[in-house]
Amino acid sequence: MAFLTLESLTKTFGNQTTIHGIDLAVERGEFISFLGPSGCGKTTTLRMIAGFETPTSGTIKIDGKDVTDLRPNQRNIGMVFQAYALFPNMTVADNIAFGLKVAKKSSAEITKRVKEMLELIKLPDVGARYPYQLSGGQQQRVALARALAIQPKILLLDEPLSALDAKIRISLREEIRAVQRALGITTIYVTHDQEEALSMSDRICVMNDGRIEQLGTPFEIYNYPTTRFVASFVGTLNILNGQVLDSTSGRLGIDDQEIFTARELGGASTGDTLSLALRPEALSIGHANGGSNNLNGTIDEVHFLGSVVRIRVRFGSNIVSLDTFNRPHSAPPERGQPVTVNFTREDILVLDRPAI
Amino acid sequence: MRARIGPWIAIIVGMIYFLVPLIATFEFSLRMKRGEYSFEAYRIVLGDPNFQASFTYSALIAVAAIIFGVLLVVPTAYVVQLKLPRLRPLVEFITLLPLVIPAIVLVFGYLRMYNSSSWIPLTNSVRGTDFLLTCAYVTLALPYMYRAVDTGLRAIDVRTLTEAAQSLGSSWPRILFQVILPNVRVAVLSGAFLTFAIVIGEFTMASLLNRPAFGPYLQLIGANRAYEPAALAIIAFIITWACMGLIQLFGGGRQNAARR
Amino acid sequence: MAQTTVEIAPSKPRALPLTWLGVVPFMIFALMFLILPAGYLIIGAFQTPDGSFTLQNIANLNQPTIIKAYRLSIAISAASAFGGALLGFLLAYAVVLGNLPRWIRPTMMTFSGVASNFAGVPLAFAFLATLGRSGLVTALITSIFGINIYRYGFNLLSFAGLTITYLYFQIPLMILIMTPAIDGLKREWREASAILGASTWQYWRMIAFPILWPSLLGSFLLLFANAFGAIATAYALTGSSLNIITILLFAQIRGDVLHDPHLGYALALGMILITGLSNGAYIWLRSRSERWVR
Ligand SMILES: Nc1ncnc2c1ncn2[C@@H]1O[C@H](COP(=O)(O)OP(=O)(O)OP(=O)(O)O)[C@@H](O)[C@H]1O
Ligand SMILES: [Mg+2]
Repeated sequence: MAFLTLESLTKTFGNQTTIHGIDLAVERGEFISFLGPSGCGKTTTLRMIAGFETPTSGTIKIDGKDVTDLRPNQRNIGMVFQAYALFPNMTVADNIAFGLKVAKKSSAEITKRVKEMLELIKLPDVGARYPYQLSGGQQQRVALARALAIQPKILLLDEPLSALDAKIRISLREEIRAVQRALGITTIYVTHDQEEALSMSDRICVMNDGRIEQLGTPFEIYNYPTTRFVASFVGTLNILNGQVLDSTSGRLGIDDQEIFTARELGGASTGDTLSLALRPEALSIGHANGGSNNLNGTIDEVHFLGSVVRIRVRFGSNIVSLDTFNRPHSAPPERGQPVTVNFTREDILVLDRPAI
Repeated sequence: MRARIGPWIAIIVGMIYFLVPLIATFEFSLRMKRGEYSFEAYRIVLGDPNFQASFTYSALIAVAAIIFGVLLVVPTAYVVQLKLPRLRPLVEFITLLPLVIPAIVLVFGYLRMYNSSSWIPLTNSVRGTDFLLTCAYVTLALPYMYRAVDTGLRAIDVRTLTEAAQSLGSSWPRILFQVILPNVRVAVLSGAFLTFAIVIGEFTMASLLNRPAFGPYLQLIGANRAYEPAALAIIAFIITWACMGLIQLFGGGRQNAARR
Repeated sequence: MAQTTVEIAPSKPRALPLTWLGVVPFMIFALMFLILPAGYLIIGAFQTPDGSFTLQNIANLNQPTIIKAYRLSIAISAASAFGGALLGFLLAYAVVLGNLPRWIRPTMMTFSGVASNFAGVPLAFAFLATLGRSGLVTALITSIFGINIYRYGFNLLSFAGLTITYLYFQIPLMILIMTPAIDGLKREWREASAILGASTWQYWRMIAFPILWPSLLGSFLLLFANAFGAIATAYALTGSSLNIITILLFAQIRGDVLHDPHLGYALALGMILITGLSNGAYIWLRSRSERWVR
């Protein structure tokens, strides 16, 4: 039995449907990310779980109990907002204590809990300060402590790091994950940063246009995207258009060259155009790599990125990028140079048909 | 979420409180002829040579105050922003003083300082008194004018504009008139309309300086007539509304509050 | 490029007149029309007619007419500021957080801009036509309820009448000041408090109100000063029959009714002190609240 379940959750604003029947089951202690482009409905879904928006239809269950019609203050959920939502008129300690005070806990208990939380977020000495005396990163840590102080059943975070600069983002996301693991709290984390989602989550829920595109572990999402959208949204992906030449043997035509897939192309018939995805790190130059697929092309562009050299190769109408390591003793290839790109059959991901 | 009943009640009660006096005044202004509604009171008021004279006088003084005020405030706000930010607290304090010192106290001070036996006997001549009244109105409008212009200047990048103009070889009057002023035109305009709204019916200063302005004229009519004051109130309301509407139109937004 | 560098050089010395032009006229103006006139009165309040120092003028303020005038002025200002602050706050709250139709807010703001500037003599006319002896509302109340409010002691030319009239510009002024402050209450604060288990009432008591109170109190003080210095409405409404401090000072300036010019200065000094203190407190409180509501 999943800990948090969303059943055909739908939300309509006016006459515009933003969430089209979402089904999701989150296990106890799991860390799930909602990943998707701006406006796809991540925040709206999260706000329905929190109780700030009423679903148009569908149900939300927490620990087996239907909470769809409960008010936010009866749900026992912790939430961290994108912007600094600390109460500006209270000290850090009072902010963290707020939920406990409202719950009428004894002052001894509150003091003890506040101290614990401050230690948890590694800011033991800021209790007496006001929010405006803290940096953005510190404020978000306090917001996390405030949300966790009431020992919520679920923790919701809506792009908590997007207002911070890159360095702090990385260290803080590790910290959030560590705290989450330590407490074992069921967590939903909204982000549109794929690196964040990949590095933190147990599972990722990729959303697009109010629907779940794919749900899976970071490994699955990155390596086996099931739709063109997921493939292109997660990671820098090469997409080739291939003509089906023989669906049983998996023979495909890329302009006037041929490649083979590892599996049959079930459902596709000869002459169909399919989208194929290839990750840059799966490709190599020359025949040495041992893959059975080779494509001959010319080098279109060379980007020297330090330890990695990114090379763009053109085959007729298709372009792919691939990465090679920088070797100080051999000069990188030059533009216009003819090359052969090599990859294995297994590296080809067949996506849905391209939209014509 | 649907609107609750409380906010609706507040808004409706508020609307009634604000609209009823206007409706009542308008209705009253139409009652001059017995037994029928007519615009007789308006006809009399608008045809009164004293109305025309006092209104023209006040409008002229208002325009003079606006021009003087803009010429005084824009260079100051500009220099404070660009060259002497240290002066900002002092200048802001000064521009707030007219809110602290009531108008009647200010004009009392003027009458003492610029009377016929003082070093600068402004009140000796009609022109001198007009000048004094203009300056008094510049003072009244100072907080609003300064704030409008200062906000306007902040919105544009004064420094870049100035440096660009300087690098093209502009002299400072040209920078001020051709670069800065056009860019704060909206702010200056909203300050100007607000000044006009404050000044056009101003009573205390004009009355104590004994000038034939619109405010004292209104007061005089109010003391002696029955229906004309109501018509005048409606006219004054329309003028205020026009000034605020023009401010909105030019995107001025949230200016507020005059002295009384 | 070369031309540019050549052009900058001669513009350097011309930068000085601009600074000069920006500061000197402004300072001279401020001295001539703000500081010296006020200073003249303040110093005059501590001088005898022959110029020596005295506290007698201040002591002379202690006479029944003057004390009564200060009292009534303070009472009317406080009442209209309190009423204006309370009702203006409620309206601003309704406009910002009431989930009302979209068009209400801009309409309300424009109207407040107009009404807060619709003051002075015409405002008096409007209220005479409304609540005067033959005003429309007075007549309506008489014909509908059969009550002549004037027979029951109501008088537009009184404390109550003037307070009601002043509210006409005090409420909109409050709306204009408070709307941005209420806007400054972030949605996240309300939601964070709700998700932490607080009720709406707890949110207002523990978060919204503590954040707003400097603006509320500050606005009250601004409204107070606003009413305290007002004269035109009262004068047009009541002539010189109502004994408030501005009308007393007006009569003193016109005709030296106190028979002592230096007592007039002391009167003005008292007014500057009262409006100065309340405005000063307003500015101080506003800077405090801005620290939070950013
Ligand atoms: N209160 C509302 N009224 C009307 N439409 C809304 C409302 N809230 C959200 N929407 C719409 O719902 C859609 C989804 O919004 P949502 O905020 O959930 O997106 P998001 O995935 O969180 O995007 P972002 O990454 O930009 O935060 C958007 O098209 C938005 O315009
Ligand atoms: Mg969002």
